[in-house]
Amino acid sequence: MSKKTLIPIGPYHPLQEEPELFKLYCDGEIVKDIKWETGYNHRGIEKLSESKTYEQIFFLVERICGICSTSHPFAFANAVEEIAGIEVTDRTKYIRSIIGELERIHSHLLWVGLAGHFLGYNTVFMWAWKYREPVLDLFEMISGNRNSYAMFKVGGVRRDIEMAKIPVIQKVLDDLKKKADMLTGAVMDDPVIHARIRGVGILTKQDIIDYGAVGPTARASGVAIDVRKDDPYAAYPLVNWKVITAQAGDVFAKAEVRLLEIHESISIIEQCLDGLKKEKEGDIAVKVKEIPEGIGIGRAEAPRGEVFHFVKSDGSNSPVRHKIRAPSYVNIATFKKSCIGQTIADATISLAAVDPCYCCTERMAVAYDLNSGDKIMNANELINVSVRKTNEIRKEIKSQL
Amino acid sequence: MAVNLFYFLVFPGLLFAAITGAFLSWFDRKITAMVQFRKGPPLLQPFYDFFKLLLVKETILPKQGSPLIFLLAPVFSAFGATMAGVFILLPLSNIATGFRGDLLVIFYLLTIPSFSYIIGALASANPLAAVGSSREMKLIISYEFTFLLFIAGIIMKCGQQFDLYSIIQAQQTSSPFIGSISGVLLFIVGIFCIQAKLALVPFDMPEAETEITEGIFIEYSGAAFALIKLTKYIMFFILPALLIALLMNGFRFNGFNILWAVLKLLAVVLALTLIRNTNPRIKIRQAIKFFALWMNLFAVIALVLIEFGY
Repeated sequence: MSKKTLIPIGPYHPLQEEPELFKLYCDGEIVKDIKWETGYNHRGIEKLSESKTYEQIFFLVERICGICSTSHPFAFANAVEEIAGIEVTDRTKYIRSIIGELERIHSHLLWVGLAGHFLGYNTVFMWAWKYREPVLDLFEMISGNRNSYAMFKVGGVRRDIEMAKIPVIQKVLDDLKKKADMLTGAVMDDPVIHARIRGVGILTKQDIIDYGAVGPTARASGVAIDVRKDDPYAAYPLVNWKVITAQAGDVFAKAEVRLLEIHESISIIEQCLDGLKKEKEGDIAVKVKEIPEGIGIGRAEAPRGEVFHFVKSDGSNSPVRHKIRAPSYVNIATFKKSCIGQTIADATISLAAVDPCYCCTERMAVAYDLNSGDKIMNANELINVSVRKTNEIRKEIKSQL
Repeated sequence: MAVNLFYFLVFPGLLFAAITGAFLSWFDRKITAMVQFRKGPPLLQPFYDFFKLLLVKETILPKQGSPLIFLLAPVFSAFGATMAGVFILLPLSNIATGFRGDLLVIFYLLTIPSFSYIIGALASANPLAAVGSSREMKLIISYEFTFLLFIAGIIMKCGQQFDLYSIIQAQQTSSPFIGSISGVLLFIVGIFCIQAKLALVPFDMPEAETEITEGIFIEYSGAAFALIKLTKYIMFFILPALLIALLMNGFRFNGFNILWAVLKLLAVVLALTLIRNTNPRIKIRQAIKFFALWMNLFAVIALVLIEFGY
């Protein structure tokens, strides 16, 4: 007769600084059962979407998640363009793919850093996040924002990547290649990391199929599922790349897949930049008159897996139904397989290995001082700070040219 | 009596050891920051941390625990660390010679902080603290035997001398013990034991922030946590100092030797810092295996080598 202890991970916990609760039922150090509660941060985005116009919805779905903030507009654009039967220009396709892949790079670097932090290896955490920083600066140069880039609209993108910016992007990518090589080597060849995450949290191919897991979680178990190949969109059929898979299905394989995907993404961006040079500058959007009645399905491969958008239009300027399916929601179900029977130390890294994202970003417009009740900064002031910083970074990048 | 109290409270006990340890912990944090591309804290940050906890923060007591034991545990841990510090630092700074067998007393006193943490954590009735203290217990079981073998090696090396003063003298008259094969092996064993005693990565699983949110210390706050911080500062000084006394010639306080002493201390702390910054936290089972198999093997090889005079 054994008594089980409840070890709570969340709703506030240093493992995942996001509102979710994992209840580990433990016997000593061994996890016997796991239950989880999500939905602490439900915002009713699908319902909100029905009250907004198609142009506005891009900004709304971008705010579903702060890390993969392009994948939702990407999928939504695919869905709406399917309804209206719009064929976007090649330049648009390349720009969209570049943004998508840059996002994959920064998201994977973020995960590598966090995984290091979860293992108590803070050096990897700091290094990976330092290497991620130039990517965010690139976003700031291209779109004006480090996150939530506001690049997408129906039939095109909002901002062009001009000729002058291409060498800057290329230079950052060249630097990143060396750093990614170094980071990959540091993780792959470290015997202590091997001892720590090899054979931990194994998901078999059958588990992946049973639970319907997607993204790197699935690819690490040998399931070559990738929307970019399975249902090609944007510039992905125009460039040469391969789906990265690993067979082991453990945490190490997931790290391996993500690290190798960084290299693959760099290669995709380079090919897209070459393609961009051949296209006419400024040809970034087609004119869209109206969205006809009909249904559209849009899919996009987010860094965490497949993002799925279903849009039903009645011919007016806002959808009558908008359904969103995000990858983390299906991936966390695999914890039932990967965590039970492990020790707490292994279970926590298994939880982190699917890179669960809780659609976390909330927007703050006004900050109050708790003691005095004074308004510290209003929305305009925050925007001004952001604009000023953008200009500084632009100047800095220009001076480095 | 008065002089003993002075030894305990001011030099080389509580005040001196804590202040030196605080500066060493700043050094550790600064090096860590440099390794991680960060700026690092200002020189007085350990003192700010300590006095904020002691004077500003309130002490919150767990409702279902046993408050008396919960609050006494940090006092005992600071007491044990200070006593060990006095016994280590008196012979080391050439003030008193100590007594025959004081090495074993030091060995016992050095375990008091760990045991106090366990008792305090269990008294807090927190499930995460319980997991943390069970890990700390397993960790103690695994490294204490290795540490004993390490001390046995030193005793054999200087011809069955059981007191620290004779060991330091033996090295100062001939050569430091680290200058031989067995000495190097003992140094490796010793530094990993210290790493585990200080609960630094890769042996920080009793605290493991991202798993069990500081584990054994989760319920501590305010003045009680300040005492734990104090213990940590003291341990961060006296354990490297013990290693230097046992293997690296001790300290001498004349002329350039003062600089040499500081450099030796910083070098040992640097080794600890670099180990903690280039490794992930291992699992408790792996830690037990690491000490029970590899470190004990190293120690036994060192003992055999000493027997044959290497």
